[in-house]
Amino acid sequence: MQEIPCTARLISKYLSALTIPTGCKGLFSITLKGQWSFVVPTSSAIFNLLIALFVLIGGLWIGQNVNLLPLDASVNATVYDQLFKVLFSIGTVLFLGIVVLVVLSLIKFRRKPGQTGDGLPIEGNLTLEIFWTAVPAIVILFVGLYSYDIYDRMGGMATLPNNGHEHLSMSKEERIWGGIGSSEVSSAANKGLTAIPINVTAMQFAFLFHYPEGEIISGELHVPVGQPVNMRMESKDVIHAFWVPEFRLKQDVIPGQPTILSFTPTKTGRFPIICAELCGPYHGGMRSTVVVEEPENYQSWFQKNAKTPISET
Amino acid sequence: MTTLVPIEENSAIESNKEEEHGDYRMFGLAAFLVADGMTFAGFFAAYLTFKAVNPLFPDAIYELELPLPTLNTILLLVSSATFHKAGQAIRNNESKNCQRWLILTAFLGLAFLGSQMFEYFSLPFGLTDNLYASTFYALTGFHGLHVTLGTIMILIVWWQSRSPGGRITSQNHFPLEAAELYWHFVDGIWVILFIILYLL
Amino acid sequence: MTIANQPSDFERGDRLQPTGWMRYLSFSLDHKVIGIQYLICGFIFYLIGGTLASAIRIELTSPISDFMARDVYNQVLTLHGTIMIFLWIVPVVNGAFGNYLIPFYVGARDMAFPRLNAVAFWLIPPAGLMLISSYFITGAAESGWTAYPPLSINTPAAGQIIWILSVLLLGGSSIFGGINFIATILKLRRPGLKLMQLPMYCWAMLGTSILVVLSTPVLAGTLILLSFDIVAHTGFFNPVLGGNVVVYQHLFWFYSHPAVYIMVLPAFGLVSEILPVHSRKPLFGYTTMVYSIMAIVILGFVVWAHHMFTSGTPPWMRLFFTIATSFIAVPTGIKFFNWVATLWGGRISLNAAVLFSCGFIVNFVLGGITGVALAQVPFDVHVHDTYFVVAHFHYIVYGGSVFVIFSSIYHWYPKFTGRMLNEQLGRIHFFLTFIGFNLCFAPQHWLGLNGMPRRVAEYDPQFALINQISSVGALLMALSTIPFIWNTIQSAFNGQIAGDNPWEALTPEWLTSSPPPVENWRGQAPLVTAPYGYGARKKEEEDAESTDTNNQGN
Ligand code: HEA
Ligand code: HEA
Ligand code: CUA
Ligand SMILES: [Cu+2]
Repeated sequence: MQEIPCTARLISKYLSALTIPTGCKGLFSITLKGQWSFVVPTSSAIFNLLIALFVLIGGLWIGQNVNLLPLDASVNATVYDQLFKVLFSIGTVLFLGIVVLVVLSLIKFRRKPGQTGDGLPIEGNLTLEIFWTAVPAIVILFVGLYSYDIYDRMGGMATLPNNGHEHLSMSKEERIWGGIGSSEVSSAANKGLTAIPINVTAMQFAFLFHYPEGEIISGELHVPVGQPVNMRMESKDVIHAFWVPEFRLKQDVIPGQPTILSFTPTKTGRFPIICAELCGPYHGGMRSTVVVEEPENYQSWFQKNAKTPISET
Repeated sequence: MTTLVPIEENSAIESNKEEEHGDYRMFGLAAFLVADGMTFAGFFAAYLTFKAVNPLFPDAIYELELPLPTLNTILLLVSSATFHKAGQAIRNNESKNCQRWLILTAFLGLAFLGSQMFEYFSLPFGLTDNLYASTFYALTGFHGLHVTLGTIMILIVWWQSRSPGGRITSQNHFPLEAAELYWHFVDGIWVILFIILYLL
Repeated sequence: MTIANQPSDFERGDRLQPTGWMRYLSFSLDHKVIGIQYLICGFIFYLIGGTLASAIRIELTSPISDFMARDVYNQVLTLHGTIMIFLWIVPVVNGAFGNYLIPFYVGARDMAFPRLNAVAFWLIPPAGLMLISSYFITGAAESGWTAYPPLSINTPAAGQIIWILSVLLLGGSSIFGGINFIATILKLRRPGLKLMQLPMYCWAMLGTSILVVLSTPVLAGTLILLSFDIVAHTGFFNPVLGGNVVVYQHLFWFYSHPAVYIMVLPAFGLVSEILPVHSRKPLFGYTTMVYSIMAIVILGFVVWAHHMFTSGTPPWMRLFFTIATSFIAVPTGIKFFNWVATLWGGRISLNAAVLFSCGFIVNFVLGGITGVALAQVPFDVHVHDTYFVVAHFHYIVYGGSVFVIFSSIYHWYPKFTGRMLNEQLGRIHFFLTFIGFNLCFAPQHWLGLNGMPRRVAEYDPQFALINQISSVGALLMALSTIPFIWNTIQSAFNGQIAGDNPWEALTPEWLTSSPPPVENWRGQAPLVTAPYGYGARKKEEEDAESTDTNNQGN
């Protein structure tokens, strides 16, 4: 065993006491006299610590800085991206951690030529078991609470209209089941703006957008930036799904059972609308576009197409 | 740490061929009935959800007649009792008695099927009329299939028990026991079915 | 440790079975023959399913639908999913290894119901042939392996009906198998062997069989209703007739979520057998491993609606299923940490079996983590039904279960045949598979996040490059099977003779000849109460020295 500087030893002791409850030393102190001086000449406890730090910081860095998502173009999307960053960071740390543990043990405890004995007859360790039950449980609890919060901010918990216990007395048409984003956020972020109602009809293999206010029927969805949109969706034949990746929103469009979806676009542009539920041979071709425009442009589009010209909203 | 203690000859290990352990067969049957029960559970769950969420589910449209199904329930419950009697009889080595109870049970089963048929024909709706009709027929039909199978099993057991020195003796009556367990199971399912289909 | 070599009455079994290789084509009642039948039959279906997967990947090298017609693409992906799940993973991790190993582990000479066992196996080939032939005769089902109505009601009926029939047969086979395993493990245990002394695979199979027996019948019932909708025009799931399509989804996933644990719990069990042997250490945390299996079984029943977050389910339901699903990570995590702890401090022989097992750990953790992310409703509404999900489950089913199957073949091949596999070829197989697999599926996460839905033959051209990379990975995977197949075939004839116990393992199947005699042991069966009792043997000097610091933990 190498000579460890006193302070380093103290720090490592302190930190390992922090990170691993006492009693787990059995597992980790094997390393103190490990056969892997070829890796780092100083204490392997410090080395373990460095690796742990590396995994932690590396994982967090990747989680925060690697962007795997497309443009965020709705109120919902920014909230989603926060959640994604958190999940990605936690996931990367965990994944790197396990990979490092597996690879290290394969390197360190590999049977060397000429060795014949068995490993250590350790059958378990209660403290360790409690430790690695508790830590994931806490992580999961945190993730659960956080994603609940995000879900709520996206408007997922908003009580949907007509989805109470009186459903039996209701007619079939009124029973609406909803998607996320029927949102308080949208209304909060866009004070006073009334939502644009749009009826969506999906069929093999197209979307139709019906604007009741102007009696417009369009194959493309036009919406003004910054204003909430309420969609009521129903399918004519099989299940389809309305998905705009840039909005981070998806909702199945179901025959016989209308669903609703609300969103507030925040960036102008043309984004794909994709059918995300297998609906037949041309499922892959069932696409449309959502055109998010400046309010003026939207108005002129609206006026041009409206059957009954109406006053400005 | 490893203990490899040889065991004596003739211990249970030497005799685990199928023929020699009837009790495992009962265990297997019980496990199968659990599985079968889950099929019904799936149907019940579907029925109850349809009823709860499909507002047009026309349970109010049809006033199902109660007398016939109530009679059916009684028929099945009594048949469970008679089958139990048959089992007791064979255990007491009263072969003739056993046969009598068996044939009575089979008769009750047939009566159930007959009255079920009668109900089907007198109902104002057909299989594909609407969702309620479909679920009604699916549930009762699947159960009726079970009763039919059960009745056939009873008749087979009855036939076996008639042949002297046959397969059904006071010592060895696995077929009878199996059929009995199955029959009780089918009756139990009917009770649940009766409650959720007719009473709720 | 030696077992008396008396002839006893094991010959009695000989008259029950044909001998020679012909027995693998017969209605044999020997659990070992049935196990091998499952394995080989499953592997053939794997090659077919893999060929279909290759067709999918070829189609997806270009953004337009060119390699096959669009409806053919849908048939191919339906067949691929169905074959891989119902004819490869489920029969092999359960049927093949379960049949081969469970009687040894409980110290029995056969399964509780040998005849039922043979029936369960022989349901599989006709079901599989029927399914595949439907492609050539009427056109196979084209509504995905989930067969969601109303699509499955509207598509050509013949293919869909055949699909339903064969899935029903396969479901029946797996119920029979499940009943048999439960009876064998609980009832046929050798006197003197306690439940908590059983090898971990028994626990995994017990848990799995409970899942099978309780959930498969629900699928059967559901598919019967669906077939009524198709042939008799009832309206259970047909909205035109007032039916409710979401009820189908609930019933389907009530089976198919537990089904994913049916595919992976036995794999967990197999890994728990393989790692201790090759790292020469006891399985770490036996008791917690048992409890976590049972926890997964119980939790597995209450998470199904996480596949339906966008199906218009009510908010409280989504919330409940999010939380229940996430919590499965805890018992699963326990198992993973225990495996790592089993490796840690061992004397690991880095052979192909261990490599595949470790590959499994790494891949599965990634798949599990993306699973936990998917379980969060707000996350899932974006990536549901995209390639992110495809990546998630291939990481688990391929990176998890298939890796374990390969690992197990490397581990038990000497027992099956009496000969060793070639280690060099094994490593080539591993590295090709591992690289190909990650190359194929890792990029799919990105595809899904950025807007590529699943089950499409044509897609946005911006995704072409990544899809091509993925297809190269698939090609590597296909290539990787060549050294494997070559290895298994030629080693059967020319492989080095293995001897009874080449790994010096302690579990009972190694305490008999390789391959074992018909009733498993000549003479009495050994009583193995410590299947993981490694480390008790004499150690070298340096071992003793390094142990002293490590004992306080134990
Ligand atoms: C063997 C198969 C298998 C297994 C074991 C799993 C395991 C899991 N699956 Fe997966 N899944 C599938 C096969 C499988 N899945 C398939 C086939 C589909 C697609 C079906 C289709 O639509 O066609 C699917 C789809 C799917 C969805 C639906 C996605 C969608 O369609 O939108 C979800 C959502 O919740 C999900 C979640 C999970 C979770 C949480 C686990 C968990 O069990 C994973 C738990 C494991 C770990 C988490 C890793 C180890 C743990 C640790 C190292 C501890 C620390 C970890 C943390 C604290 C996070 N899966
Ligand atoms: C359960 C196990 C399982 C396994 C092991 C696999 C293995 C593979 N899967 Fe599969 N897959 C599923 C289960 C599985 N899959 C399911 C359930 C679906 C969903 C279906 C649905 O949506 O309904 C799916 C869907 C699916 C898709 C998405 C299709 C789509 O949504 O449009 C893709 C695309 O890349 C894919 C690819 C692959 C590949 C490349 C492999 C490879 O790993 C395969 C590697 C094996 C081989 C390549 C075999 C080697 C063969 C030979 C060497 C013979 C050579 C002969 C010739 C080539 C003629 N799979
Ligand atoms: Cu519409 Cu897919
Ligand atoms: Cu699931």
